[in-house]
Amino acid sequence: MKYDILIAGVGGQGVVLASRMLALAAMKAGFRVSTAETIGMSQREGSVSSHIRIGDEISGSLIPAGQADLLIGLEPAETVRNLPFLKKGGKILSNSHAIAPASKPPGSPEYAPEALLAFLKALIPDMLCLDFTRLAEEAGTYRAANVAMLGAAAGAGMLPFSKETILSVLETEIPEKHRAVNRAAFEGAIEKIKPGTLIGNRR
Amino acid sequence: MTEKKLLMGNEAIALGAIEAGVQVVTGYPGTPSTEALETVVRYADRCGIYTEWSSNEKVALETAVGAAYSGAKALVTMKQVGLNVASDPLMSLSYIGVKGALVLLVADDPGPHSSQTEQDTRVFGHFANIPVLDPANPQEAYELTKLAFELSHEFEVPVILRTTTRVSHSCEDVELAVAEPAPVEASCEGFVKDRRWTIFPRLTTERHPWLENVQVQLSERFSELPYNSVSGSGKIGIIASGVSALYVKEAVKGFEGLFTLFRVGTVHPFPEQAALSFLKGVEKLIVVEELDPYLEEQALQLIGKAHLPVDVYGKKNGFFPVGGEYNVDIVIDGINKVLSKLGEPSRLSHASPAVLREELPPLPVRAPTLCAGCMHRTVFYAFKQAAKQLKKDSQVETIFSGDIGCYTLGNAFPLNMVETCLCMGAGMSIAGGLSRTNSEVKQVAFIGDSTFFHSGIPAVINAVYNGADVTLAVLDNRTTAMTGHQPHPGIGVTVLGNPSKAIDIAGVIRSCGIGSVRTVETVNLEGCIEAAKEAMEFKGPSAIVFKGNCVGITKSGIKLTIDTESCTGCGFCIKQLGCPAIFLPPGEEKPFILDSCNGCGLCAQICPSESISEDGVKK
Ligand code: SF4
Ligand code: SF4
Repeated sequence: MKYDILIAGVGGQGVVLASRMLALAAMKAGFRVSTAETIGMSQREGSVSSHIRIGDEISGSLIPAGQADLLIGLEPAETVRNLPFLKKGGKILSNSHAIAPASKPPGSPEYAPEALLAFLKALIPDMLCLDFTRLAEEAGTYRAANVAMLGAAAGAGMLPFSKETILSVLETEIPEKHRAVNRAAFEGAIEKIKPGTLIGNRR
Repeated sequence: MTEKKLLMGNEAIALGAIEAGVQVVTGYPGTPSTEALETVVRYADRCGIYTEWSSNEKVALETAVGAAYSGAKALVTMKQVGLNVASDPLMSLSYIGVKGALVLLVADDPGPHSSQTEQDTRVFGHFANIPVLDPANPQEAYELTKLAFELSHEFEVPVILRTTTRVSHSCEDVELAVAEPAPVEASCEGFVKDRRWTIFPRLTTERHPWLENVQVQLSERFSELPYNSVSGSGKIGIIASGVSALYVKEAVKGFEGLFTLFRVGTVHPFPEQAALSFLKGVEKLIVVEELDPYLEEQALQLIGKAHLPVDVYGKKNGFFPVGGEYNVDIVIDGINKVLSKLGEPSRLSHASPAVLREELPPLPVRAPTLCAGCMHRTVFYAFKQAAKQLKKDSQVETIFSGDIGCYTLGNAFPLNMVETCLCMGAGMSIAGGLSRTNSEVKQVAFIGDSTFFHSGIPAVINAVYNGADVTLAVLDNRTTAMTGHQPHPGIGVTVLGNPSKAIDIAGVIRSCGIGSVRTVETVNLEGCIEAAKEAMEFKGPSAIVFKGNCVGITKSGIKLTIDTESCTGCGFCIKQLGCPAIFLPPGEEKPFILDSCNGCGLCAQICPSESISEDGVKK
């Protein structure tokens, strides 16, 4: 068994925490796991990504291009940026909530999130896309968008373990005072993606 | 009882060190090495381990050396660039040796992701005659840490545990021998006076043969260790170390009959015997390694020495990239190149991506920037204004020299305020050099508080002694921000959070003899501009200590808003500051302030129509 997940976002969105939760859940489910993440400079409003490799064999922690089974993008441009890691037929879960780049150095392309989301949708028609930031905000804080997306992934059966497994990790990894909102975001997302009610670039 | 834990490579190293009985741990923060010491700190009280963030790597090493001379087990942590700072004592230490045990964790950064160089510590070990272990993943990092302590103790030499970013910053399920770190058995006989601790030419002459002999013994020992292993059965040999070996394993999956892989975990001294028996079984050799062609040179030498008929394919003949971080795809490309050269039909194939990189639509650039509310932005902006004024009044240009820290980001658009950056502590000395060769130009050097203590002070002394006309701006945000907010000698708190004496930066500068020294709070832009002007007009070396907060640790709780009525949409705030919290939606005229605002108030102080103000207090 091998399952490679890539989580991508912008510094401050909680990519590292989400990847840690996935890794712990994978361990709980009895798999071997390794993760690689960007730490340092890129955290200051830069692109951040984390590779999570789940399986029986130890490999390097970086997912080779075209091998990720699942791409979780916490931000549309970062989802697109990391597409080359996704394998043919791989799954995508993307946040539709855009974060504009902090500064716009001369010559850098305009950010048009709508166009990027349309590109994604044309390419992977059955990708799961929602404004998870707003969903998390409704649950209590926009900061829980990362956890909401884990909920969506678990609820949509995109992960090689159950939503109960990841929920139990949430209990140990999220500090007590933030736990309730995060649980609400997690469960809210599962509600939202119930078969038939979801899909598409609804914002 | 063993236990599996999800551990980062650096955490695994810390736990390995504690298990090995480490008693003293010192270091200077540097990505990607920092978390190792920070993890030890979590267990320091419980396990009776002394830990410190030292003022620089040389001091850290020398402190650890003192402990090891006394028979204690010591660990010192740094990144590859830090090893340069520690290299002076290290080169002598290899002759002297140690008694208890001394392990240096040195984290290399292929890529590089957050470093000034891509230097290779394996080569440094070779240069310094110090054994180097090269783990491939967190599990091996944990095990090799324990081995490093054993070897150091047995052979009485310092040992380098060399990691790379993908080992230090990977997390993995690590199987630990003990579930929870136990209190360290403090056995340390204390310093015993002996002439062996005092390096003298005569001692060096005596010790050199010993040092060379240790290399031979270690090479023999290494040849028997399971960390140097052979797998596969093909006539094409591949040699690799560290994480590259895992990339190779993945790249040649399914072709094990074509290749034989020799994984080297103990890279220096090179395990000759093991390598020789591997080389005798192959006809061709492919070398896969990040950074320098270290294994390649060792293999070439051995092949020559033993007169083996083996062709070598690596960096030296252009089959693999000389720099940058490797991954499975780069390794596949390299091996395929060799295969086609050999006229071999089989090709390793890449996975097929959903989309190729070339097919992506244009994407916004996300360059790293100073945080919203960072005090550095105020200081850079103030100097920019002061320099503009100087230019206007007296046609004098200014050159801004930078240093290593968050404030290196002052070079980013739109501030563009860092014109030189070389290494820790070099800003002021480079500005001194520039002043000798650009006499009509004003010199300003920026340095952070931690960097000031690291290696800035000698440059201040030099400027005074030799009369360099330089203005030093110390950006004192009360932390070592770039590496994750570690304390330093100016904070008044140790790594364990215990109170200590805070060293006053302005006081140090004054005592060095700088004539004009001022301290200014960064909340007041006008005051900063005034101070900058005054310091730049001063004849001879001058200094300003700017005091402010790093929003990474202290949030003001204030949030500013733009009044849409009075805002003229001039765009001044956006174009001048590059603050990530001020946002102008595409196609719109008036910017607004995002939730990420930390309330530094800089934008409010520069808005020509006074449209920006504090609007209540953030919860
Ligand atoms: S971490 Fe602190 S010092 Fe670094 S950019 Fe952010 S506010 Fe400035
Ligand atoms: S500087 Fe003031 S007036 Fe000009 S765009 Fe910014 S907020 Fe509006």
